Amino acid sequence: MTVDGDFTDGDIWAGVRDVSPLLLGIAPFALVAGIAAVDAGLGLAEAVGMSVIVFAGASQLAAIDLIGSNAPFAVVVGTAVVINLRVVMYSASIAPHFADYGRRFRAGLAYLLTDQAYALSVAEYEANPERSRWRYYFGAAAALWVVWQIGTVVGVVVGAGVPDAWGLTFAVPLVFLALLVPAMKDRPTTAAGVAGGTIAVVAAGLPLNLGLLAGAVSGIAVGLLTEVYES
Amino acid sequence: MTGGSLLPFGDALELWLTIVLIGLATYGFRLSFIHLFGRIDEVPARIKRPLRYVPPAVLAALVLPDLVTIRPSVAATLADERLIAGAVAGVIAWRTENVLATITGGMVTLWLFRFVVFA
Repeated sequence: MTVDGDFTDGDIWAGVRDVSPLLLGIAPFALVAGIAAVDAGLGLAEAVGMSVIVFAGASQLAAIDLIGSNAPFAVVVGTAVVINLRVVMYSASIAPHFADYGRRFRAGLAYLLTDQAYALSVAEYEANPERSRWRYYFGAAAALWVVWQIGTVVGVVVGAGVPDAWGLTFAVPLVFLALLVPAMKDRPTTAAGVAGGTIAVVAAGLPLNLGLLAGAVSGIAVGLLTEVYES
Repeated sequence: MTGGSLLPFGDALELWLTIVLIGLATYGFRLSFIHLFGRIDEVPARIKRPLRYVPPAVLAALVLPDLVTIRPSVAATLADERLIAGAVAGVIAWRTENVLATITGGMVTLWLFRFVVFA
């Protein structure tokens, strides 16, 4: 694999260019993360700290949501971690493309791995095999990172100035909904969503947010069962 | 500090610990195969299959309780501004797959019912 081709920095900009339509979708998501953080009692330092250290939207919102409803520590950490498990699949899928780079360099690239950076890069490597792997990925991933951090800060500032009656934190379930609908793309995944949501509503009164766990576990089980039944 | 584990987020330290633990686990997931590549080629199917159902199951379990609260009567359960706004947002998400449009449609519907219709 050629690491330095003729079109060195052009590959970084190609990544930035290709990710820019997605940035429009990420920006409001980042704003909501900032707004919800303030509402849950986090300060600017904690909100930005979370966006830098975790840098994973859905899990951040889930953690903030649960912190706001005074869920126990283990529930907050456990939920956020489970949501990010999917990243293991991206890591496995993109790993062969980074195999020629040094260990430390790969460790740096891994920090920026997100749904969007993964999806764009793997599609581009397929379409344009001569692209510099790291440059294209870095362009897309770093642009996402910058927009995510700026959006969080703006959200914290905006969120602090809006009255509670407006219910801005309702944007959190709305963001989840926008992620949930495309995740239910066939019969087993739809069954998983319907079962997970229904059980979570019915079990909402259980202590320690056990309703969330019950919903998630039964949703996964129903998804697997539907898959077995279909085949 | 007053609390053991039953009084969560009593202090800033616990909040930072939460953030750091989630961050470390997430980074571990990101690094996993990028780091190990060469030793393990593929995610075992036994892990991969259930992973497919994590996003719909967990997201639905997070969303639905924020939209629906079961009340004594069906009418009282359905006449909830959050459920109506969520239904509108769900249709927008399905038709457009656009995060911004989904948030906007849902919030406007929530405000319409909270400040006008049910006011």
